Amino acid sequence: MKRLLIAGVALATGLAATAGAIADPVDDTLEIDGTPIVTRTAAPEGHPFDEVLSGWLFREAETRDVSRDSFENPGMIAVEDGETLWNTVMGSEGKSCATCHDDAAVSMKGVGASFPKWDADSQKPINVELQINKCLTEQMGAEAIGFNKKGQRELTAYIKHQSLGMPVKLDLSEGEMQSWWDKGKDVYYARTGQLNLACASCHEVAMGKMIRADHLSQGQVNGFPTYRLKSGLTSLHQRFRGCIRDTRAEQPKAFSDDLMALETYVTWRGTGLSVETPAVRQ
Amino acid sequence: MASKPRIKVPKSASAGEVITIKTLISHEMESGQRKDKEGNPIPRRIINKFTCAFEGATVFECDLDPAISANPYFEFNAKVAQSGTFKFTWVDDDGSVYEAEAPIEVK
Repeated sequence: MKRLLIAGVALATGLAATAGAIADPVDDTLEIDGTPIVTRTAAPEGHPFDEVLSGWLFREAETRDVSRDSFENPGMIAVEDGETLWNTVMGSEGKSCATCHDDAAVSMKGVGASFPKWDADSQKPINVELQINKCLTEQMGAEAIGFNKKGQRELTAYIKHQSLGMPVKLDLSEGEMQSWWDKGKDVYYARTGQLNLACASCHEVAMGKMIRADHLSQGQVNGFPTYRLKSGLTSLHQRFRGCIRDTRAEQPKAFSDDLMALETYVTWRGTGLSVETPAVRQ
Repeated sequence: MASKPRIKVPKSASAGEVITIKTLISHEMESGQRKDKEGNPIPRRIINKFTCAFEGATVFECDLDPAISANPYFEFNAKVAQSGTFKFTWVDDDGSVYEAEAPIEVK
């Protein structure tokens, strides 16, 4: 009898382990064309998790495989378009990005891993998209590119791709980055919308669980702009807005103070993960 | 806007090995079936032919038709007997020919 009971318990435990495994992040390693990618690493001090996990670990095997091979990765077409833009003369000064910055593989290395940075001129954090606009308006005599317009995603993806494999690390000691981090944290934990959800409701409390057919990740941003199977190349603020829309809240404008603070805070939450731009996600 | 084609061929292989070749070219593949805002037909402009040759001998070729979507991607296999160079060509409706090549070393 006792033996039977033990067998029963073992069976039950076995079932529980299988059921849990379906929703757990996978135990797998990522290498993109020979570049090792850190997809799990120890969290920085003050982080709610012990371990920081890339969204790659939460995706299906087929999606993960597409990320492995830059040839298969549809986001790379956008990166190539970004390269064309990099070398295109824009504005009245007759300059292209390459006129000043030359070879992006050298000059832009590390940029994707360290933005947003403190911008002393505007007294705000600045991300890659806004830095492009700053160059366009102040150096190149061109107009700023509107949100998600005219190759903004492609150029951003090209610039961030130059940091592929480099660990994300923000310098919060610059200017007032720390107070923007604090503000971003408030945004992250603030419940909003008709569904009364905070970012943390899904990406912290329910991380690893299934929300219908969707496997909730930590919501890391190390792969942005990402290639989403449902919408193609997707910028970070587009994703933020999409998430917020799904809570049935009013969407803040792209590059607004709230979203810039959120970008600062969420980027910090992925400290130590490799830049995966353009990551492939569902 | 056709940009440079991308190809992926293994750098080396053993004699007689079957290798996988992947190619992709960024191209709009405008079918000729669409109309612009004013209702005028947008002229057809597609890649209409793709060939791959190894040291002059055709390995793979095909004609492309308007139903093929943008950025055509081909993946095919080839058996290699000796070292040499694969040459790839894409022929555009406007007469442009895009070319690429990749060497392979057979050990």
